[in-house]
Amino acid sequence: MRLPEKVTGMEKAVSKIKDGASIMVGGFGVPGTPFNLIAELVRQGQKDLTLIKNDANEKDMGIDHLLANGQVRKLIVTHLGLNAHAIGLMNEGKIEVEFCAQGILAERIRAGSAGLIGFVSDIGIGTELAEGKQMVEMDGKSYLIEKALRADVALVHADSADAFGNLCFAKTARNFNPLMAMAADCVIAECEQCLPLGGLEADAIHTPGPFVDHVVAIDQLHEEYDIVRR
Amino acid sequence: MSDAKDRMVARAAKEIKPGMLVNLGIGLPTRVVNFLPDDLEAGLHTENGLVGVGPTLDYEHADRNLIDAGGAYISALPGGAFIDSATSFAIVRSGRLDLTMLGAFEVAQNGDLANWKIPGKFSPGVGGGIELAQKAKKVMVLTTHTDRKGKSKLLEACSLPLTARGCVQRIFTDMAVIDVTPEGFALKEIAAGLSVTDVVAATAAPLIIPDGEIAKF
Repeated sequence: MRLPEKVTGMEKAVSKIKDGASIMVGGFGVPGTPFNLIAELVRQGQKDLTLIKNDANEKDMGIDHLLANGQVRKLIVTHLGLNAHAIGLMNEGKIEVEFCAQGILAERIRAGSAGLIGFVSDIGIGTELAEGKQMVEMDGKSYLIEKALRADVALVHADSADAFGNLCFAKTARNFNPLMAMAADCVIAECEQCLPLGGLEADAIHTPGPFVDHVVAIDQLHEEYDIVRR
Repeated sequence: MSDAKDRMVARAAKEIKPGMLVNLGIGLPTRVVNFLPDDLEAGLHTENGLVGVGPTLDYEHADRNLIDAGGAYISALPGGAFIDSATSFAIVRSGRLDLTMLGAFEVAQNGDLANWKIPGKFSPGVGGGIELAQKAKKVMVLTTHTDRKGKSKLLEACSLPLTARGCVQRIFTDMAVIDVTPEGFALKEIAAGLSVTDVVAATAAPLIIPDGEIAKF
């Protein structure tokens, strides 16, 4: 027996994304952002997208190209602080933005990946971040119910992958990638090194292959992956 | 950066004791790393995914895959561990952080902190601040004593949306070190060249003044 191979061309993989899709996008700042997949999504032009990401990159980088191209309806993020363009679109009402505390976003995605409906937390109680959320009594105290989060598609950036979709991430490029890679119906992983079956140490794998639908080898690493000189 | 701000950051660095695991928030707190002694046995956590943050690197030595939560290129200490975002905040929420140092727009005399939103002017999202403020064992604030218009950031009550209630224990400013106590703000140390009267005048809440000599930094 032999594990199935999922290596897919860039254009074909991204064409799985439909108008109106919800898309989880890995990355925290530059590291782990799937710049090559994003560039292909800009080229194909799918519209009315909901993006779930830690941040909105910076102006003229990463998902900012999707914002500039009018492809995004809604962002679910933890902060937009480094992207004045995204803040402007939010303030002008051109995109809808839902903010989520960073670790709560991670945990909502993790709950979604694990087939859970939600979880209970005390984060944000007594602040406006708790407003509008359902409460529950447990052990005589009030807590917030946080809903699990899944998406139609996840776009992730791996340092290395094998043909089955086992993934390894590099350093702080790991961030949301392994969580999102488990929480979408269609998971597309771009990888810097695409290895044959057996090319990754089974003990060292961060995301196991069953969660990944398409492995896309990067021909040339996008220039936005370079060191950013601010 | 002014001399007083540098001395404030250097003073705050002395709070990081052997054995601690510490998160330094974006902005002024991140600068604390530059004032830590080489032989200090402690760990820095950055919420984007590293425990064991080492010195900041210049562009020539930077690794494109290795940044802190503020986007600065950093190194990892021997023994450091890269972690995903869920693990990173499991460390925060489960109480494994001994100390976090955060910036502030406002701090109230009961320890309430506002540092993420100015309605109508600045609302880029809270990031990881709320969990750090609510769950670190100790929360200390590094901030200028007043805003750009000269208005005190230390208040009887916060007017801005809160990050967390009653979380702040100590405040380092360019004018003073102030503790949050059950009785309110208590002056602990004062910046060289300033008088108690200067600090009282710049603080929009009652300040408990200790008897005797006040230490300078």
